[in-house]
Amino acid sequence: MQSSQTPSRANLAGWLYVSPLVLVLVPFFVAPILVVLAASFFATDGFGGLTPGFTFSNYVEVLHSALTLKLYLATIKFTVLTWIFTLIIGFFVAYFLVFHVRNQLLAIGLFLLCTVPFWTSNIIRMISWIPLLGKEGLINQALLATGAVHQPLEVLLFSDLAVVIAYVHQLTIFMIVPIFNSMARIDKKLIEAAIDAGASRFDIMRLIVVPMSKSGIALGTIFVVSIVMGDFFVVKVMSGGGSASVVSAFYEDVGVLQYPTAAASAVLLTLVLVAIVSLILRTVDIRQEITR
Amino acid sequence: MSAVLANMQGAVAPATTKAIAPSRGERPWTFYVLASLFALYVLALYGPMICIYILSFQDIRGGLVFPMKGHSLHWFVDLFTQVRTGDVKGSFDRSIRLAVIVTIITVVISFLAGLGFRRRFAGDAVVFYMMIGSLVAPGLVLGLGTGLLFQAFGLNASWYTSALGAQLSWTLPFGVLVMFAVMSRYDRAWDEAAYDLGASRWQTIWLVIVPVLAPGIVAVALFGFTLSYDEFARSLQTAGSLNTLPLEIWSMTLNVTSPSLYALGTVTTIISFIVIGASLGTIVLIQKKRGRGAKD
Repeated sequence: MQSSQTPSRANLAGWLYVSPLVLVLVPFFVAPILVVLAASFFATDGFGGLTPGFTFSNYVEVLHSALTLKLYLATIKFTVLTWIFTLIIGFFVAYFLVFHVRNQLLAIGLFLLCTVPFWTSNIIRMISWIPLLGKEGLINQALLATGAVHQPLEVLLFSDLAVVIAYVHQLTIFMIVPIFNSMARIDKKLIEAAIDAGASRFDIMRLIVVPMSKSGIALGTIFVVSIVMGDFFVVKVMSGGGSASVVSAFYEDVGVLQYPTAAASAVLLTLVLVAIVSLILRTVDIRQEITR
Repeated sequence: MSAVLANMQGAVAPATTKAIAPSRGERPWTFYVLASLFALYVLALYGPMICIYILSFQDIRGGLVFPMKGHSLHWFVDLFTQVRTGDVKGSFDRSIRLAVIVTIITVVISFLAGLGFRRRFAGDAVVFYMMIGSLVAPGLVLGLGTGLLFQAFGLNASWYTSALGAQLSWTLPFGVLVMFAVMSRYDRAWDEAAYDLGASRWQTIWLVIVPVLAPGIVAVALFGFTLSYDEFARSLQTAGSLNTLPLEIWSMTLNVTSPSLYALGTVTTIISFIVIGASLGTIVLIQKKRGRGAKD
């Protein structure tokens, strides 16, 4: 049946197979996005009532507010810091597992060890930092005991530092998995050839491993950037209310029923995200990467 | 995560040794540096979680930080009996039921989509990018959109309608991506062989494709269950008046400052570990059975 199929029949079969997927994504992804887009042009009475209409005033309000700039700067700061730390840790953890662990079963076991927390609750993993970072937490107790500080450090919990720690804790796995995947595909012979040709281990890293892990890095970056930019609960809890990001402000707006301004801000954020993701996608064919 | 399951198959299939470091002799100094980094990473990954599990077993004097004050199951009892901590039992119940429903739908739809994406068809890129979009879109924004949509149609938001759909928009992209990784190891010649032996399309799916891909399908189920069971951002605006467990935990982080919060963390993590263990165990079992079959 394969080769004899006409293109139109193949198209029909393809669509039949993916139709259940489309039937879920259209009402629960496409439609909600369109609703938010529409709401961003609506007027509001300020009590949660929406008046259908077409006004740019919500965007004008969002773009004119000094708060918007501040929120975006804070979000970008968290995103960049998280990205740098997850990339460094993720790259070297994957490198260690692929190139230094000699027993393949052990490598898979250690890899699984890294992935297990991904399947547990993010909120629980976040609050689990409280007994460590708190004012009377383990780290402060240790620092006081060794005499390194005389006052407990207050910046550890409910601060920007705590926010970044929680992000790195949750998201490094999103770097490890795709980078591990790309590295595991590097042909061993290539490295041997490089060694035979007199390359140093640094050269191998610089000229073979890093370029060939690029697609994994790109994929991991998409995950980390989109999750940090779309997050609100880590910022809200770990900063103790001291910091805000674009989505946490969105959450507050929704809380006071300011749907149109919230929607306008969400549309702007989505545009920024789409721009970043499509920039990254230009460097890597994600579909080929996954199906290969 | 898909890599792991692909690799687990590789472990039994013809060995592809990927260790590029010299397989014998002295280890370079970088090995020790990176091994320490890895150990530190794992310590930071599990250390905090282990702290809260330990702290949840304090007695009534217990606080949120070390040192431990006595040992008891007080906070676990407190969790399920106190009104103050909310409807933990009910939300548990709902979350598990919802996760089971989401798992079944995710497995079926991801499997079918995986079959569909094996060959290119007109417009496949549209579906693919729709899926990627659903994966990277901010969950809270999607949740609000879904909530408003239900409102506009005069429907009541509830955990088994709007929250179910909102969670599927999160679990399905993962499920299909895992399916992609699994399908890439499936040789289409096996389909041809089945057709040559007179199998119908359905027989080929049930008797060839499903058994061959069984470990991957278990992996999709693992993603479906755990991602739904822990889903928070998309459920927040869509769950209606009755909370799911992550929503309950969220409201507890804002109000409750006793170790019952940690006790809830311990209980929910135990459930996650049972599910993870059962899934990985099933995959290993299937592989072992196959390894034995091949040897006979």
